[in-house]
Amino acid sequence: MEWSILEQYGPALLRGFGVTVLCWILGTIFGMALGLMIALIQRYGPRWLGWIIQAYIEVIRGTPFLVQLFVLYYGGPLIGLRLDALPAGLLGLTIYGSPYFAEIFRSGFRAVPHGQIEAARAIGMAEPTIVRRVLLPLGLVSSLPALVNFSIILTKETVILSIITVPELMYQVSRMSTETFRYLEANLVLALFFWALVETISRVGRRLETRITKHLIERT
Amino acid sequence: MQASAVDIRKVNKYYGPFHALKDVDLAIPPGKVTCLIGPSGSGKSTLLRCINFLEEYDSGEIRIDGQLIGYEVPGRKMSGRKLRQMRRSIGMVFQQFNLWPHMTAKENVAEGLIRVRGLSKSEAETRAAEALTKVGLADKMGNHPARLSGGQQQRVAIARAIAMEPRLMLFDEPTSALDPELVGEVLNVMKALASEGMTMVVVTHEMGFAAHVADQVAFMEKGELVAVDSPQGIFHAPKDERIWNFLRTYHERNSF
Repeated sequence: MEWSILEQYGPALLRGFGVTVLCWILGTIFGMALGLMIALIQRYGPRWLGWIIQAYIEVIRGTPFLVQLFVLYYGGPLIGLRLDALPAGLLGLTIYGSPYFAEIFRSGFRAVPHGQIEAARAIGMAEPTIVRRVLLPLGLVSSLPALVNFSIILTKETVILSIITVPELMYQVSRMSTETFRYLEANLVLALFFWALVETISRVGRRLETRITKHLIERT
Repeated sequence: MQASAVDIRKVNKYYGPFHALKDVDLAIPPGKVTCLIGPSGSGKSTLLRCINFLEEYDSGEIRIDGQLIGYEVPGRKMSGRKLRQMRRSIGMVFQQFNLWPHMTAKENVAEGLIRVRGLSKSEAETRAAEALTKVGLADKMGNHPARLSGGQQQRVAIARAIAMEPRLMLFDEPTSALDPELVGEVLNVMKALASEGMTMVVVTHEMGFAAHVADQVAFMEKGELVAVDSPQGIFHAPKDERIWNFLRTYHERNSF
């Protein structure tokens, strides 16, 4: 083991980790937002739109992220979609995550007892208000563990962005290993960073879960 | 004779091939308590849910204070906005309470006042507090449903409905999900409401409540409205054999 190379590559690795975290945060937020939209359209939208969306879900879930990214980055320019590596990577992550998030939200909504929605209808509440005040808060609570779980999976998908030269952690680690032949050290650093990130996310997730379910659990 | 609060005429409802309501006719007098009784699956809950159009009836008419609910004219559906407008003045209490678990008792009651009636938050909370006091829960306003007993939850649900100042209250087996010792507190609140002259339609298995509080009792079986009569008439001089059988089974089950 030769750890002294870290002195030279440390700053680059930290920068890379910063880009990784950024990609993860934005990819998760955008992916969740798109997924939520999909789930709401599936629930309330016209049937034909639902079918189109279902096809989208099947295609995205049925193909590897790497392939999607290649199509987007190298195929995009053919239809005038010319993106830099980072925006392309973020868009890719958003698209890749959206059907999984959509499915999580869909099943979360299904877990909301129908009676609580009927109670809102019975007092004359309008449907958008019901979504905002009843369906979303309760659906999100039941979705939370699965949301946290999938966002953890997404952290590790960010390494694939290195293929299209997004300067995230994996990209920096590859550069360091090819320049120094210190593959083991470089990848151990990578593992350590990811472990720290995932551990943080799951801790925050658990805390959030305890907090928002505090009032929902019957204590006798 | 006074006009009916609810006028149900020749109402039919199908679930696929299943004929759930068969030409049901029933007039609900204003300011009175009408109990719907009958065996499980007889269509009484379905009929009740047709009154605020949570369940869509297929033919016939249901008029609330003279206004047709659910349809503009027979066969053409009413707009969502109009339906919501009508539902504002019809309170409903469910078997499973259906409180919103992420809100406190007070928030549950205030929610409709804010989001539907458009009251300010402080005004809504004042009224919510009044409604909860009325059902005897002044000390539980800050509790979430998970921290309330079934009887307390159902009383919050009643407060949620009456806070909207409805002209009519529908109760769908309000005590069926409760432990026996909690039934009384809910029935007492309902009795108090009845004595104030609230028009009430109650689907119930509580024959005692029907016998003592109802002004009229309707007996249903297999989607048919078999008889409408005074409690006296239904319980002590039933004219139809089906009522007889139902009451006999009921007595056998409840005697010891």
